Amino acid sequence: MKKEAVPQDQGALGKITKEVCYATDAEGNYTTQLSEGWDVKTSALDVAWQDISERVAAAKEKVLKKEASPILYFMELKLMDIKVVAAYTGFWKWQISRHLRPAVFQKLSDRRLQRYAEVFEVPVSDLKSMIQE
Amino acid sequence: MKLPFQHIQAAHCENGVTTSLLRTIGVDRITEPLAFGMGSGLFFVYVPFLKVNNGPAFAYRTMPGLVFKRTCRALSIPVHRKKFRSKQKAQSVLDQCLDAGHVVGCQVGVYYLPYFPKEYRFHFNAHNLIVYGREGDRYLVSDPIMEQPTSLSSYELERVRFARGVLAPRGQLYYPGAPARPVTDDQIRKGIRNGISRNVRDMLHIPGPIAGVSGIRYTGGKIKKWRDSLGQKQAGLYLAQLVRMQEEIGTGGGGFRYIYAAFLQEAYAYHSDEALPRLSAVFTRSGDLWRDAAVQAAGIYKGRIGSQEDFNRMGDYLIEIAELEKQAFKQLSKIKWRP
Repeated sequence: MKKEAVPQDQGALGKITKEVCYATDAEGNYTTQLSEGWDVKTSALDVAWQDISERVAAAKEKVLKKEASPILYFMELKLMDIKVVAAYTGFWKWQISRHLRPAVFQKLSDRRLQRYAEVFEVPVSDLKSMIQE
Repeated sequence: MKLPFQHIQAAHCENGVTTSLLRTIGVDRITEPLAFGMGSGLFFVYVPFLKVNNGPAFAYRTMPGLVFKRTCRALSIPVHRKKFRSKQKAQSVLDQCLDAGHVVGCQVGVYYLPYFPKEYRFHFNAHNLIVYGREGDRYLVSDPIMEQPTSLSSYELERVRFARGVLAPRGQLYYPGAPARPVTDDQIRKGIRNGISRNVRDMLHIPGPIAGVSGIRYTGGKIKKWRDSLGQKQAGLYLAQLVRMQEEIGTGGGGFRYIYAAFLQEAYAYHSDEALPRLSAVFTRSGDLWRDAAVQAAGIYKGRIGSQEDFNRMGDYLIEIAELEKQAFKQLSKIKWRP
């Protein structure tokens, strides 16, 4: 890539820092050039976040229909999957799958709820009622 | 307390950390491309059965930590590396290191990294940063992808050092020990040679279809089928993931080709073999192709194009890249190194 071809489209990261890119100068020698961002990258990121917000909305729907417990909602909201939740809470994956069922979730002790609440950074009461400001 | 340290911005976090840490022990001839090349950083793997952020898992680089380890080994510099179970221990050892005058590198997760923009904070655990001092409760941090140094509170640092999930850093910290003798041209020359031949091995000779250049070709073939097997929307998401893994900070695929090209150019100063600048141009071409592929992918996930033909063209880009890099690495493997 030629130095002049390094894209300078304002992206999410561009607000905070520019990125170093390696590019060639007129003689074909490599040098570094700062980039503000590239809209191809920005739109890839947008697509990913679009998908996340759809997943969060779908999860909310499911919880409201009593098809899943609020853990599903917070899991999607925090971009986690069961593996990550398991790693943070210390529960086994199969336990979390169980806790995703509303009936099982109802019976969870406060101590266990607390473990989820800490990971999701919400108070237990909000965890139960699926509130997120 | 603040250790003498000069922040350097880099294209990739681990290269940057390696370069900066080596400077703290007086080795200032290793540039980012040299570290990347001597550490055999270029790679490709597509793990079809593994899911990351609900998409396919790609990597364009070697396992985190290896660039630092291999570069240091090539220069006969001892590496100190520690992982921890206890968070208190992790912090006290970090403090001891700083007190002893060592600037240290830390592997961290980016999800809780407060100075990152929210849009970038996924559960990705192979980021690297440098801690070079402490003022009260705040640790002075040099993150190689940022233009300026920054700082983290002890709690924030603990959280990112103990991020969980795939490649959990477990508080990992590392720093180079004092070199037994000053770094010589011969060591660098040998490091370049070994780095290249190891990279040839990684890209050409790993058995199975998913790693190295065969991995790129395999991914190209898969992409052509994504439209039918996944549906338009899911296929777009997968391509967006490919591009993000390829171009974003901390990973960078197309960008890695340019760094590798820069490495081959610098290597020419140590080995005057005419193949090196020629192959440097080939990797530049490969980097350009990766970017063209990203533009094509963007057309698909933005919904501007999306016919089977467009997916075929997307796949063909990768197949072309695979062939190009295969030839390039074959020629690299044939270089007759003079001692």
